[in-house]
Amino acid sequence: MSTARPKVGLSPQGQLIERHWQEMLRTRRFYTWGGGLALLAVLAASLWFANESNAGKFFDRLPHLFDFVGDLIPRDGWEIWRALFDLPTPYADGSLKYNYPDGRMYLTDNFYVPEYVYKMVETINIALLATLVGFAFGFVLCFLAASNLTTRRWLRFFVRRFMEVLRAFPEIVIAGFFLAILSLGPIPAIMAVAIHTIGSLGKMFFEVVENADMRAEEGLRAVGGNWVERVWFGIVPQVMPNFLSYTLLRMEINVRASTIIGAVGGGGIGESLRLSISRGHEAKTLAIVILLFTTIVAVDQLSATLRKRIVGNQAFAFGSGD
Amino acid sequence: MTTLTAQSIEEIMSRHHDVFHRPLMERLRAPLIAAGLVLYVIFAWFLFAIGSTISNGNWDIAGTYLADWISYEVRPDVEYDGDYLKVEFPRFSPLGDNPDPAWLQKTTAQVERLAVTETGGGIGTENSTQSGGSFMAPGAPGTQAGGSGVSSGGSFMAPQADVTTEAPAAPTTQAEGEMLSEKVVTSVNLGIGPAKVEILPGLVRVNYRDEELLIDVIPEQSVIARGDLPAWAVQKVADGDILMRFGFAGSLEVESDEVKIRQRFLGWENFWFDTRSPYWNKNFSEIFGLITSGERIDPDRSNLALAWSNFLNNAEWQHADVWLKLLQTIVMAFVGTLFASILAFPLAFMAARNITPNRFLNQFLKRLFDFLRCVDMLIWALFFTRAFGPGPLAGISAIFFTDTGTLGKLYAESLENIDDRQREGIRSVGASPVLVQRYGVVPQVLPLFASQSLYFWESNTRSATIIGAVGAGGIGLKLWEAMRTNADWENVAYMVLLILATVFIFDNISNAIRKRLMGNDNRSH
Repeated sequence: MSTARPKVGLSPQGQLIERHWQEMLRTRRFYTWGGGLALLAVLAASLWFANESNAGKFFDRLPHLFDFVGDLIPRDGWEIWRALFDLPTPYADGSLKYNYPDGRMYLTDNFYVPEYVYKMVETINIALLATLVGFAFGFVLCFLAASNLTTRRWLRFFVRRFMEVLRAFPEIVIAGFFLAILSLGPIPAIMAVAIHTIGSLGKMFFEVVENADMRAEEGLRAVGGNWVERVWFGIVPQVMPNFLSYTLLRMEINVRASTIIGAVGGGGIGESLRLSISRGHEAKTLAIVILLFTTIVAVDQLSATLRKRIVGNQAFAFGSGD
Repeated sequence: MTTLTAQSIEEIMSRHHDVFHRPLMERLRAPLIAAGLVLYVIFAWFLFAIGSTISNGNWDIAGTYLADWISYEVRPDVEYDGDYLKVEFPRFSPLGDNPDPAWLQKTTAQVERLAVTETGGGIGTENSTQSGGSFMAPGAPGTQAGGSGVSSGGSFMAPQADVTTEAPAAPTTQAEGEMLSEKVVTSVNLGIGPAKVEILPGLVRVNYRDEELLIDVIPEQSVIARGDLPAWAVQKVADGDILMRFGFAGSLEVESDEVKIRQRFLGWENFWFDTRSPYWNKNFSEIFGLITSGERIDPDRSNLALAWSNFLNNAEWQHADVWLKLLQTIVMAFVGTLFASILAFPLAFMAARNITPNRFLNQFLKRLFDFLRCVDMLIWALFFTRAFGPGPLAGISAIFFTDTGTLGKLYAESLENIDDRQREGIRSVGASPVLVQRYGVVPQVLPLFASQSLYFWESNTRSATIIGAVGAGGIGLKLWEAMRTNADWENVAYMVLLILATVFIFDNISNAIRKRLMGNDNRSH
C-alpha cells in the first residue's frame, strides 16, 4: 500500500480542463495571428495607397527627408537672435530675408516688441480667450447634460448631441467661414478654437459632474434649495478643481490649435512660420521654431504646476474627451 | 422645530474654526481671479477690436453662405431687348445648357423684325440680332413703354430703315437689313417664394406681402419706383438699381438694363449627375430603368458602368476626388498612429526608470519625447511637405513624429506606475530579463497602451483634417480650397458631413475596442 505511488499526470477532470485550456489558447493564438495579419495587410495597402497618391514617392524622396535641417541653418549663429529680436543684420540687402527691423512693433517711441514675440503673444491671446469662452459655455452646458442633475431626457440628449457636433465639426471650416465674413484677422481663429473647446470641455465637465458626490446636493434639496442653488452650492465647489485642471489642459492644446489655425489664415505666429518656411528664410524659421518650442514648453510646465497645485497628484486621464 | 441658540452657534463655529474664519486672502482669491479674467476679456475685446470687426462683418453675405450649404440658386437675367425681353441663363447654370424652367413663364409673340447681318465681319448670326437692337436705340429712345409687341414691332422699322440708307457711320462693314420672323418674349411671369413678379418691357410689377410695387425702367437710364418703396426693397442711389429681398426664397434686382433674378431652391443641385451626363435630370425610376433594361448609351460600356463613372466624375461634386482625399486623411491618421505606437513601445521601456536603471538614457529619451511633442505637428507637417511634396506621406510623418513623443511619454508614465509584484514573481522563478518584461510587465500595460493609442488614432483623424490644409495631404486642402472660392459652400457641407460621419464611425469603433480591452468598469475612458 505504502509503495503505491500517486498516479502521475492529471485526473480526468484535470485533463478536461487542460484540454479546454489548450483549445482556448489555440483560439486565442488564432485571433492574435489573424488580427495581426489583417492589420499588416491593411497597413501595407495603406502605405501603398499613401505612396501612390503622394506628390513625391517615398524612396525617391527619402534622401531628402532631412532637407529641412538644411533649411534651418542660417549664415551665422547670430542671425537667429537678430531675427528673433529684430536687430539689424550686416547681410541686409533690402530683401525680405534680412528685413528683421521692419517687423518691429513700437509701443513707445523707443521701446519696441519684436515681430515674432508680438505674434506669439497674439497666438497665446487667441488660445486664452478661446479657452475662457469655451470654459464659460461648457460650464453652463455641462450641468444640463449630466444625468444626475437634469431629469429631462430630451434636454440631456439634445445638449449632449449639440456638444458632440461642436467637438467633431472641423475647426478649419469654422475658421474659413468666419474668414469669409469678417475678413482676415484673429477673430475667426478665436471662434473656431472656442467652438471646439465648448464641445470638448463640456463633455469632460459633465463626466466630472456625474461622478460628483450627491450628498451635498441632497442636503440642499432637503432645506428647499432650488435647482440653481443646489448646483451652485452643492456641486460646483467639489467639481471646480477638476474643471480648472481640465481647462488648463485644454489651454495647452489650444495654444497648438491656434498656431495651426493661424497657419491656414488665422494670423498669429502660425502664419509667419508658414510664410518663412515657404520662402526659405532660414534664420527667421529657426527663430520662430525656437520661440514656439519655448512657449509650448513653458505653457505646458506652467499648466502642469498649476494643475498639481489644484488637484494634487491625481493622474490625468489623457484618454477622455477631446 | 429646533432653533439654534447663540451658544450652540458659537460652539459650532469654534468646532469648525477653519471654515468660519478663513484668512482674507483665501476668501478673496476666487473673486479676484474671476475679476481678473473679466478684465482680461475686456482688454482682449479692445486688443482684437472684436466689436468693430464684428459690426463691420458682411453679415448679409453670411446668410447667403449659410443658405448655400443646403440650397442652390438659379440666376437668370431678363434683359431689355428693345420692346422685347430676353431671358438669359449663365453658362454653367445648374439647370443645364438651354434651361426653360416651368417656374419662369414667358409670353411669346411671333414678330417680323429687322436683323442686320454684317458682311465680311465674320461675326456669327447670333450677334446680328443684338446689333439690330443697338441700332434702334438712337432712333427710338424710350418708345412705347409697355406697348404690345406686335404693333411696336411695326413702328420701329421705319427709323431703322432710315439708319441703314443714309448712315455714313458704317462704311467699312456694310450693313444689310433683312426681315426675319422670330419668336420674341414679351413678358415674363415668375414667383420667387411668396412674391409674384411680372416683368414687361419698361415695367416691373412685384406683389409681396399684400403690397404691390410698380417700377418703371427707362433702358440704360433710370429705375424709378411708383410710390414709396416698401420695407423689403432697397434703392441706394436715386434712380439707381432697386434690390428686393424675399427671404430665403431669393431676391430680385431691377437695373436699368436688366432684371437679375435669384431664385433659391432647397437641396444640393445635380448631386448625382452633372448636366453633361445622359442621366442628368432623370428621376430614380428612369435611371433604374435605363441601367437595367435600357439600350446602351455608350456602345463601349454598360449603362451601369457609365452611370458609375458619370457619378464619380461629377464635375461639380467631384465625388471620386473627395472620397480619395478622405481616404488619405484616414490613412494618415491610421498609419501615423500605428507607427508611432510601434516605435514608442520599446522606447518607453528604455525611458521608464523602474525598467531601465540608466538615469542618462531615461532622461535623454524623456527629453526626446518632449522635443518631438512640443515641436508642433504643424511644424513637422510643413517640414515634411517640403521633403515629400504635398500628399499623405507628409501627413503620416508629421503625425508619426508628434505622436511618438506623446505616446512615448504616456507609455513611460504608465510603465512607471505598474505593480512591481508580478515582475518579482517572474524573476524569482529564474526568467531572463526579456521574459520578465514579457510576462511581468506587458500583460499589465498592454490594454492601457492600446487604449491610449486608440484614443490618439481617433483624435488624429480630426487633426489630420487640419494639417491637410497646409499641404500635408488629405481632405483638408480640398476643404480649404472649396471655402476660398466662397461659392462652393454646398461642397463644404458635403465634405463636413463626410468628415463627421467618419469621425463618428471611428469614434465608435475605437470605443468598442477600448471597452473590450479595458473592461466595462472604465466608463470615462
